[in-house]
Amino acid sequence: MAKNNGIPTPKGKSYEKPTATSSSILKRLWKYLMRHRMLIAFAVLLSIAANLLALIGPKLSGYALDAINPGAGKVDFPTILYYASLMIVFYFLSSILNYFLRALMIRISRNVVTNMRQDVYDHMMSLPVSFFDRIGTGQLLSVLSYDIDTINSSLSNDLVQILASLITVIGSFLMMMTISPPLVLIFVFTIPISIIITKSRSVKARKLYRDRSANLGELNSFSEEMMGGLKTIKAYHTQDVFCERFDQANVDACQANYAADAFSAATGPIINFINNLSLALISIFGAILYMNGSVSLGDVSSFVLYSRKFSGPINEFSNIISELQSALAAAERVFRLLDEPSEPADDASAIQFPKEKVIGQVDIKDVSFGYIENQTVLSGFNLSVKSGQTVAIVGPTGTGKTTLINLLMRFYDINEGQILIDGQDIRTYIRGDLRKAFAMVLQDTWLFSGTIYDNIAYGNENVTRDQVIAVAKAAKINRFIQSLPQGYETLLDDCGTNISKGQKQLLTIARAMLLDAPMLILDEATSNVDTQTERSIQAAMLRLMQGRTCFVIAHRLSTIRDADLIAVMQNGRIVESGTHSELMKSEGVYFELYKAQFDRVDQLAYA
Amino acid sequence: MKTIWNYLRPKVPAMCVGFTIKFSGTIVELLLPWMLSVILDQFVVQRDLHSIVIWGSLMILCSAVALTTNVVANRMAARVSRDFIREVRQDLFTKTTEISCAQTDQFTIPSLVSRMSSDTYNLHMMVDRMQRLGVRAPILLVGGIAITLSMEPVLTLVLIAILPILGFIVVYISRKGVVLYSKTQTSLDHMIRRAQESITGIRVIQALSKTEYEKNEFNKANVDVANNDYRASMLMSITNPTMNFLLNIGLTLVIVIGAYRVNNGQTNPGTIVAFLSYFTIILNALMMVTRMFVMYSKGIASGRRIAQVLDTPEEMTQRDLPCDDAPVHIRFDNVSFSYAKVNENLKDISFSLKQGETLGIIGATGSGKTTLIQLLLRFYDADQGSIYIGNQNIQSISDAKLHTMFGVVFQNDFLYSDTIFENIDFGRNLSPDQIKQAAKVAQADFIDERQEGFSGEIAAKGADISGGQKQRLLIARALAANPQIMILDDSSSALDYKTDAALRFALKSSFAEATKIIIAQRISSIHSADHILVLDDGAMIGYGTHDELMEQCSEYRDIAAFQMEEVG
Repeated sequence: MAKNNGIPTPKGKSYEKPTATSSSILKRLWKYLMRHRMLIAFAVLLSIAANLLALIGPKLSGYALDAINPGAGKVDFPTILYYASLMIVFYFLSSILNYFLRALMIRISRNVVTNMRQDVYDHMMSLPVSFFDRIGTGQLLSVLSYDIDTINSSLSNDLVQILASLITVIGSFLMMMTISPPLVLIFVFTIPISIIITKSRSVKARKLYRDRSANLGELNSFSEEMMGGLKTIKAYHTQDVFCERFDQANVDACQANYAADAFSAATGPIINFINNLSLALISIFGAILYMNGSVSLGDVSSFVLYSRKFSGPINEFSNIISELQSALAAAERVFRLLDEPSEPADDASAIQFPKEKVIGQVDIKDVSFGYIENQTVLSGFNLSVKSGQTVAIVGPTGTGKTTLINLLMRFYDINEGQILIDGQDIRTYIRGDLRKAFAMVLQDTWLFSGTIYDNIAYGNENVTRDQVIAVAKAAKINRFIQSLPQGYETLLDDCGTNISKGQKQLLTIARAMLLDAPMLILDEATSNVDTQTERSIQAAMLRLMQGRTCFVIAHRLSTIRDADLIAVMQNGRIVESGTHSELMKSEGVYFELYKAQFDRVDQLAYA
Repeated sequence: MKTIWNYLRPKVPAMCVGFTIKFSGTIVELLLPWMLSVILDQFVVQRDLHSIVIWGSLMILCSAVALTTNVVANRMAARVSRDFIREVRQDLFTKTTEISCAQTDQFTIPSLVSRMSSDTYNLHMMVDRMQRLGVRAPILLVGGIAITLSMEPVLTLVLIAILPILGFIVVYISRKGVVLYSKTQTSLDHMIRRAQESITGIRVIQALSKTEYEKNEFNKANVDVANNDYRASMLMSITNPTMNFLLNIGLTLVIVIGAYRVNNGQTNPGTIVAFLSYFTIILNALMMVTRMFVMYSKGIASGRRIAQVLDTPEEMTQRDLPCDDAPVHIRFDNVSFSYAKVNENLKDISFSLKQGETLGIIGATGSGKTTLIQLLLRFYDADQGSIYIGNQNIQSISDAKLHTMFGVVFQNDFLYSDTIFENIDFGRNLSPDQIKQAAKVAQADFIDERQEGFSGEIAAKGADISGGQKQRLLIARALAANPQIMILDDSSSALDYKTDAALRFALKSSFAEATKIIIAQRISSIHSADHILVLDDGAMIGYGTHDELMEQCSEYRDIAAFQMEEVG
């Protein structure tokens, strides 16, 4: 149930429209393979050798049979033993080569898949934030695990098979030609039929496999999402309802899977049928030719063995083709993700903006912006902040305060107007430099599973342990950390569920302190911290804000009273701005807001 | 694996029908080489062209029968495995919603997610392929052996002698394979978790230009998965060439021994031709078996991980425990609790609330406020002491009854991609009036300002609405069913004061009957509560009304002084 910024995508098809032809997908897969062209060349050689060796087997057994054919009492034992020992040698060599071939292919597919997975991840990291706001996490994880897995098993199994099959097919064909060209004519009928059927079926199969991938992605997305709400589901005892909804997604996924499987289930038997048809024809015509005396019994036997060898792979082939279809559908999703446009690279002319050089003068001029076309969140927005000033942005929820942060850090680019920092349009700076000029503490804290130390030092490679401890002390979290059995080396598991929300926020505050960026964004930075703790870190917060240009979003008006500039937002515009006392004097929106808060405390009116 | 087998058992009749169909088809197919030998040994010798054509046509007919039966049987197999995996997956999901929070913590969420996705996928592949190849391959194998036995018992013994060796190798390898594939799945878990974290933290990562670091970290996890998978695959790939070789040795032996027998007049050359043809069928069947074993090993490894969840014992059972006779609604009696059973997260908590009363809980971050709520909801069982609601010990109340008493808002509570209406209703089938009324009390006017109103969709985790809007939706959810107990865990922190004040007023007037527990950071939020509980490091350091606490509890007084001055 991924969302397209409010535009619901049709069920089961999200993120999934057939754009690429299979040849273009194969071409891209091929590029991945070509990174290991030496290994692949080696694999091809091995494969040819192994299969040729195996191909000689039936020919040898044919010779041996001819030595048997004279019948009772007339069997030529020395010849038979000679050919039999040759057979063992050939089969042994062939098996050894086959093992090496497999090992090689597994290695190749491992490399390809590791590369691909890394590419997908790396690419994801370069995507704009808007992408992640749009596509469900489950979908992305599904690409990373399930889709790439499918490609992996297809590469390591199917490619070997295809290669082996090709050689066996060609080899058997040639061998059959040497035995009896007239008998080979039978395949002139049967092979084209196999090819046409396989081909025509694979077109439909891919569509079905694509649906299957999409529906599985959908299902995974759903369960991933619901796993995040287990406690709430429990608290309201609505397990049944959500299980039922899961069931719907589950049924869809199973059905799509079934459609694909049921369809491809017929492909193998059909091809098998054609093979058996060939066998029947060979029997009839082989018998006739034998009666004519144009072939020996050994020849017929070898021919039958070769025709089995010849059709066996073709049979396998059709199985592989259907598996390949699912791999292609998976690869399509992988490549579609890889084709998502990255954040546009910085212009060659982009200006460096090292944080030491940042002055911190911010001018926002006539900015308009909306996440979706025709739905502006900010319009005609103007704001000017001098270096070192603290600007507080207040206003009712949903008026675009957080959007402003998205724009300042260029997570989204504005539609109209200009944002200038130190007199330059922010779009002219190197994006990474611009972002590093800000330190931010957000309402939604983010910690990763790693040690506490790593979490604080995140974003700042060259810090000493003392510095980390110093900021932890300033953020009043040092004592808590020290009280943990492993101290700073404590592992935060699963998005930090083993510590409270407030402690998480203190850790992110410590992180921001350590960054020492010239500009600061505090978006409800202390909303999860209790008053006692907030009071105790206030000094540290003030020190953090000292000399830096600060954007503060807060609901507790008292915390922003000392701001140099208070901008009151309403419906995407600034309706008032000034200092606390100025705004109080003018008795406008701010005054009302403030009074509401003051009144409430005054009456202490609580239910 | 017994758990998984239980899902398959009811499918056995359907599978048997499929097997029978497949069986007959395969037998028919097996007749083909025999017919070939008849043609070569009898009709060719007799120069009987008419019979050759008839038997040849019979072969074609048999092929057609094989085609039909195989297609039908394969479809049936696909249906069985579809139904099978649907049930497993459904029960797995249901089970994850039922296991206790402590058990969920143990599995970890990402691991549960991957069990639900990639493990069920592997299991499905196994059951599906096992049915398709699992019947055909053994039948081809057994049938091939049976026919060759009837044709030439002595030569067949050569074949049979090889099979135990093959069997041993396959079983040994696949057993080790299961272990290695389990390892692969675990490292896959880790990789997925890594990726999931990066996706949720993308803003921070990009802001701090840490993408390179994240890429490196992911690379480690990625390489780990690849290596584990590599080891497993390498092991599995021994099977195929080994089998191939052993069987071909058998083939060679057949020729040599066959030669002796022909020489002694015990068999015909044509029989040996057919025999070799059967041998290839058997060989191909064994190839299928190897492919199956790879899938089997993967499937079993995944099946075990699924069974682990399904077999998790029910922890939160309903027990018969004595009732309480205090005339109160909610009572905590000397409750102590610890998550890790090392340090106590709550110590000796006692209080009682009458119907309609309000309890305010205040205390520093990490002092155990949320834990207290989780005990009341029986997400965890208290280590010591008892909790009563309406004189019943909560351990003796059924989950269904207990959890429908509450309207709860947790910190950072759960919103999911669906309509606003559904997010408030949360599967309780409430009436539109109830939903609208609740939204109104929760001050969620913004809904009406949205283009599609209540039927408008929001993104997963409410990513496309503001923090304040999220909290108002969540409060509306808590209010909508008119609960007898209302729990708000720090759930108005993102609301501006005006909205907050209006909300509190509305709560007071519309929900006077409900017993309320409010966790807050601001004294003003809980000041007029009937009771206020001050928590510090899991212990009650103050309990009483605002005025009492102002007199008796120095910590409370400190907080109050700071907050009043903040405003005043």
